[in-house]
Amino acid sequence: MVAIPSKHKSLTLLAGILLAQLLMLAVQIKRDSHGRLLRVWAISAAYPFERTGAWGFGKIRGVWTHYFALRSTEQENEALRIENDALKLTISQLKSRAAEADRLAAILNFKQAHEQVPMVAARVIAASAGTASCTIEIDRGERDGVRTNMAVITPDGAVGKVIEVFRGTSQVLLLTDKEGGAGAMLVNTRTQRPVGGTGDPTIQMKYVASEENVPVGEKIVTSGMDKIFPRDIPIGTVVEVKPGNPFKLVRVEPAAKLDRLETVIVLLTQAPVDFKNDAGSPNGTATNQPGVRNPASGTAAGAEKP
Amino acid sequence: MNETYELRSGETHIEVHKFYPGAVVLAAAAALVFQTTVPVYFPRLSILDLPLLVTIYFGLSRRNPSTGLLLGMVIGLVQDALSGPTVPLGFYGIAKTVVGYLASSIGGRLDTEHPAARFALIFLFFVVQQGILVLIRRLLLAQPEPWFNLHLAVAAAVNALLGTILFLGLDRLRRSS
Repeated sequence: MVAIPSKHKSLTLLAGILLAQLLMLAVQIKRDSHGRLLRVWAISAAYPFERTGAWGFGKIRGVWTHYFALRSTEQENEALRIENDALKLTISQLKSRAAEADRLAAILNFKQAHEQVPMVAARVIAASAGTASCTIEIDRGERDGVRTNMAVITPDGAVGKVIEVFRGTSQVLLLTDKEGGAGAMLVNTRTQRPVGGTGDPTIQMKYVASEENVPVGEKIVTSGMDKIFPRDIPIGTVVEVKPGNPFKLVRVEPAAKLDRLETVIVLLTQAPVDFKNDAGSPNGTATNQPGVRNPASGTAAGAEKP
Repeated sequence: MNETYELRSGETHIEVHKFYPGAVVLAAAAALVFQTTVPVYFPRLSILDLPLLVTIYFGLSRRNPSTGLLLGMVIGLVQDALSGPTVPLGFYGIAKTVVGYLASSIGGRLDTEHPAARFALIFLFFVVQQGILVLIRRLLLAQPEPWFNLHLAVAAAVNALLGTILFLGLDRLRRSS
């Protein structure tokens, strides 16, 4: 047997190994084989380490991502903030439109529920220019049949009366104006007293004698005596009663949201409006007026017949 | 191979380094696991070839061509096995066998402890490996592959730089004489 010189042993080994691997490659190419056995061994052996490594590197990446790689976070944050602001604006607009749709739906329902009552829906297009008065301007006027002293309501309750009519617009004096008011009565006691504004968000029931019992929480509706509002339209709820001489101070929270009016109804008549059957009230304020209507007769309990 | 000894070649003498038991296997296994795991989380690190760096390091340190080529072969074949069925067994095996042989041969003739020498050698071996891989692809697998491009140059430089740093860490696995 021929001995291989020691300095050539490594070269011989290299040649042999390379040849073996070339043959292995050739076999794989020829047979379209992938050396599955060796791969299975290698992958089986590496799997636990790979799994551990993946866990470790995943942790490292998490630490890097969350604590160190924050170079672009500020820019990203700014971009997200801008996007967030834009989205907030969009949401606000959509909410506003949705609320408007709800209001219009309430108005429509109210009109449909009171088809026998001539009325016209109007959009509030302006408010008083100063705090000295509580008026609004609506987009309905003379050509729409609106006249002065017509009642303006919402499905929630009384709003005010038309004080000025133009061809296409009208001005409405709110109940909260110092000059505003309506004939009213307490629902339970049927005590009739006028209510009027004080310039504040609340209104006041006037001329309530000191000996009269007016509980807080009592509902107040229109009496129809002012010849403007039909009977039994909700005006508000008593929220404060202070003793006085000769008259009590009775503060009333308006049923209609007078500070957030966007759509109103102008009643083109003084005919009674049945609020009990009002399906259009968005929050049920108008429909849940206890004692507004006499269940037996369908008219207001204790109210005068027209 | 439990002792440190010296190869004498004329007037020069080159130290042959020994490592703690299992250090070579652990380092090679860690490099292979790193190579398969890290790019999943850090895709840009796929440019690194840690198995090659380990092959070069132990080839240069052990300075025995036979063990160098055997280590290169084993690491290369395992890398093939872990690279999926699209990479035939022997693809990296041949390349790393050659690199292991060359590294241990050069390591027996030159002092490869200086970082600059290591950088240059790693760069050279990376190019050699790439040349062998391209050759295999073109001649044996009939797959067109460019001989050289900018990406390869950058990869060679990055691997050389990282390898130089890595070798300083691997030096700690050496047994003190």
